[in-house]
Amino acid sequence: MKFTKAVVLGTVAAGALFAGPATTARADETVRIAYIDPMSGPFASTGRLGEQHFRFAIDRVNAAHAAGNRTFELVVMDNEVSPEKSLTMFRKAVDDGIHYITQGNGSSVAFALSDATAKNNRRDPNHAVLYLNYAAVDPALTNEKCNWWHFRFDADSDMKMKALADDIVASPNIHKVYVFNQDYSFGQSVEKAAVAMIGGKRADLEIVGTERVPLGKVTDFTPYIAKMRAAGADAVVTGAWGTDLTLLVKAAADTGFPATFFTYYLGARETVQAVGMAGKGDAQISEWHENVDAPEIDRMAAEFKAKYNENFYYWRVVNMIDTLAAAMKKIDSADPLKVGQALAGMKFQTPLGAEEIRADNHQLLQPMYVSVLAPDMPHMFPGVPLGFKTIKRFDAEETRLPTTCAMKAPG
Amino acid sequence: MQEILLVLLNGLVYGLLLFMLSSGLTLIVGMMGVLNFAHASFYMLGAYFAYTISVGIGFWPALVIAPLLVGVLGVVVERYGLRAVHRNGKLAELLFTVGLAFIIGEVVPLIWGRTAVPYRVPAALDFPAFTLGGINYQAYRLFMMAVSVAIFAGLYAALARTRLGLVIRAALTHPEMVAMLGHNVPRVFTLVFGAGCALAGLAGVIGGNVFTTTPGMAEALGAIVFAVVIMGGLGSIPGALIASLAIGFIQTASVTLDAPLGAVLGRIGLPLDPHGALGQLTIAHAAPAVPYLMLVLLLALNPRGLMGARAD
Amino acid sequence: MPGETQLPASVSVRPARRIGRGGRGAALAWGGAIAIALIAPHLFASGFGLSLLCRMAIAIVFALSFNMLLGQGGMLDFGHAVFFGLGGFATMHLLKLVDGGLALPVVLLPLAGALGGALAALPAGWLATRREGTSFAMITLGIAELAVALVVMIPQWFGGEEGVSGDRSGGVALFGFDFGSAVQIYYVLAAWALLAAALMWGVTRTPLGRLANAVRDNPLRVDFLGYDPARIRFLTFLLAGLFAGVAGGMQALNDEIMTVSNIGSAASGAVLLMTYIGGVGTFSGPVIGAVLVTLLQVALGTVTDAWQLYSGLIFVAMVLWAPGGISGIVQSHAPILRAGRGARLLGPYLALLPAVGLTLAGTVGLAELAYRLQAVRGGARAGRLFGLAVAPTDPWQWLLPLALFVLGAWLLSRLAPPARAAWQEAAAQAARGVS
Repeated sequence: MKFTKAVVLGTVAAGALFAGPATTARADETVRIAYIDPMSGPFASTGRLGEQHFRFAIDRVNAAHAAGNRTFELVVMDNEVSPEKSLTMFRKAVDDGIHYITQGNGSSVAFALSDATAKNNRRDPNHAVLYLNYAAVDPALTNEKCNWWHFRFDADSDMKMKALADDIVASPNIHKVYVFNQDYSFGQSVEKAAVAMIGGKRADLEIVGTERVPLGKVTDFTPYIAKMRAAGADAVVTGAWGTDLTLLVKAAADTGFPATFFTYYLGARETVQAVGMAGKGDAQISEWHENVDAPEIDRMAAEFKAKYNENFYYWRVVNMIDTLAAAMKKIDSADPLKVGQALAGMKFQTPLGAEEIRADNHQLLQPMYVSVLAPDMPHMFPGVPLGFKTIKRFDAEETRLPTTCAMKAPG
Repeated sequence: MQEILLVLLNGLVYGLLLFMLSSGLTLIVGMMGVLNFAHASFYMLGAYFAYTISVGIGFWPALVIAPLLVGVLGVVVERYGLRAVHRNGKLAELLFTVGLAFIIGEVVPLIWGRTAVPYRVPAALDFPAFTLGGINYQAYRLFMMAVSVAIFAGLYAALARTRLGLVIRAALTHPEMVAMLGHNVPRVFTLVFGAGCALAGLAGVIGGNVFTTTPGMAEALGAIVFAVVIMGGLGSIPGALIASLAIGFIQTASVTLDAPLGAVLGRIGLPLDPHGALGQLTIAHAAPAVPYLMLVLLLALNPRGLMGARAD
Repeated sequence: MPGETQLPASVSVRPARRIGRGGRGAALAWGGAIAIALIAPHLFASGFGLSLLCRMAIAIVFALSFNMLLGQGGMLDFGHAVFFGLGGFATMHLLKLVDGGLALPVVLLPLAGALGGALAALPAGWLATRREGTSFAMITLGIAELAVALVVMIPQWFGGEEGVSGDRSGGVALFGFDFGSAVQIYYVLAAWALLAAALMWGVTRTPLGRLANAVRDNPLRVDFLGYDPARIRFLTFLLAGLFAGVAGGMQALNDEIMTVSNIGSAASGAVLLMTYIGGVGTFSGPVIGAVLVTLLQVALGTVTDAWQLYSGLIFVAMVLWAPGGISGIVQSHAPILRAGRGARLLGPYLALLPAVGLTLAGTVGLAELAYRLQAVRGGARAGRLFGLAVAPTDPWQWLLPLALFVLGAWLLSRLAPPARAAWQEAAAQAARGVS
């Protein structure tokens, strides 16, 4: 009986391997895009939500023949937000003849993939891979660690901070700002940017404190709120996300701390639902939200909701796939080098306005919105009568920041 | 003065919370010697059960039913799982709970979904009870503290003053003798494990709505409960309370200290480059690592923990 | 890959205590291991296959180093990945120096990993090995948490979220190899794995290795013999840290990037899983476990969403019914087979087969239905299972796997005891025959 178990285990594993690397010849008409994000483990919900958006975006492109006579196909690969597993999946994608990969969760994974893409394309130019980043926002990816084969369709954390900072500086009621983040590279870069972009920008505006806490380790935020209160903060700037953000905003509400929270990731449905009405007045920075006046995207959101029973969240995924399709159609090729050359410096119109992919660091410039949770909005969160209301819009061009990127074009 | 009062109060709140989270584990580790890595998973199950029940018939019934359900589950796990691996030794028992935690962690999102469920604090307790230094304290916080104190009193009394407690403590050190006296030792262990799991479930019922109920909550609880149990000394309920409060006070106090580590260590004669990577860390910054530092040092110096009866 | 899974089994199926005899069997096993290491990349030449082989080589060294503590020394280390990770970071920093012009062939870099791992194990071991049993385990748990907290807090050294990366092809080319390609790095890693495994095997034969076993079994007696058990534990701990560092160095060369996740509890848990599934009682056990679990982690995940649940179930099943791991199963049957009594087991074991099959089919069916129910709710397609169209919202579809499972479990409960009895009888007869 014990022996049989061993045999069974061995067979399961061996069978899995044979089923795994089955390589199929690349059909000329099909462009496969490997989506490398968490499909299992604690972050699976984020990965699944992304997958639905990609399926939605790809179905749209295929239905409209937006990439000419090519059809897109999504190949989902689970990385559990682990850089090592991502690299293994990257190898698998290259083996299978896939030339386009996309990823968004975790800057550590993004750095690993960007690095792997650059090395792979240098060592094996015939299997070149283009890396489309839809959500990893560490500024280094388009600055000191930039790479020609990496294109980012989300604003980096510095660009987002600039928009938030502009709004804070322009709000005469805000005088004392507290900067609160999770202690890893993203939180650290948010803190650095906040201090640089807010401190001293107005005579009666100062940073009264900065704090970083380990990711997901703090259960009770009350002592931190007490500290912010003691510092007299009337605004808190935070790049925190997930449970940390939820607990922070909830602790502020429970203790009656009236400061406004300026966030990157308040818009996640779970967070708003957990925070409830206490989130009213708190702000987020995003490239789109449900109450932006863009009927075309509204229709998309309704269609998405009908199809997946989830709120439409990643407009930028649709934008990214549309842009990729447009580039392929324009040059009538799916060769990653040519597509990359077409994408670099590309200018185009979306329902939200004029956008541009910078040629010098491959960062997309897109309009950005600072919005606050407000009642009586046309679109509100399920169970919580609040919705985002734009308080400031930035044109794509206004989000442009200087870059230190010095990348070499291939060839 | 007010600042010190705030630190003390916040430390007390956090310390009692820690005790509530770890009391069930103290019972199981202390009385059975099983390092139950699935403790946090039973805590999570308590929260999810409470959510489902509170949607149906309200929070107060959930407060009773959910821990009982988790306790029954614990009894089943002990009877048909743990007892079977018991003969394979301590490591096998521990690994069994690791595997169990893994399976529960996969099954919970299958049933309740991968995102947080909206489990809320009951409206009857959702109001500020008093204010100190501009900080409101919710009535629910007081309720949590009261439950925590009640758990302590109940456990302490049950173990020290009742006949069952006597049998449990005797079964711990002299199982053969107790069996010879006509007590069913395996059943005692089953009961203890069930009770420990029920306590974890109770913590889930009470903590789940404040700290959000998500599939990741078991993992987020992490090693801190082990730090409490080990520091308190295996099997010592008062030890666990003292360890919880100590961690609560020290961690809360360190949050409020913004002095860089380099400067502080320099003052007590430990040279550390104040501009180096370590020297620039503030104490506040390192606060969440403090319990583990305390754990390592305490165990290396005194393996019995603060008040433990057993060394291993 | 079946060839690959046979590698460890052929290395040795004997308990560590008996490895000392060495002899012809051991020579044969090592020869076989070298041969398999040489042939494997020709059988699995794809980039994915090679990358899997590289991961296996790394995992084998890591698991073997872990078993120096657990199997040989009876020490359960909850933070073994700390030494793996710090060894990897040490290697990475040296690799960056090499990229910067330091004239050193990259082949030698895992030595830096060894140094890093051993240095990290020095203070950790000093604190932890003063205790044994549960206290030891808990100290390592605390150390692991502390190490992760520190690494995250000091991005200047560990690169924070983005980690530290380098380029292995930037160093001095050796005989015209720059080690950029996957095949070249595979041979480097395979050589390191064989070397490290051989050294660790050697350690089991030294007095220290024997004493570690003795301390595991009866520390008091070792103390009476005039040896300090804590000191022996400490030395074993240092060696285990050193070899974990080598594995970390190999990983640094393979991935060309090291991140915080290499140090965390997930990595420490994975090595425990590998070692236990393979079997802690033998030298070859961790090798088997490393190969199988690497396969499970990478390959099974590409086939089914439920792979983590399956891993958990397999793990619990092993703990419940095969505490000696896979090598334990082999080991308990080897004397029977050698005594020529294997044929008697064939009947009862074959009778078990359909019961196991039914239970497995039922379990897989239920798990897949549950995961696909979730997928369908999320708007995805349910797909097919065993060639059948799956409709997880249809309650009738749940009935079949449920029935299979119940039937299989019932059959198992009836057939397992006679099979077990047959095995015990055969084992007893074999033991009498041999002695």
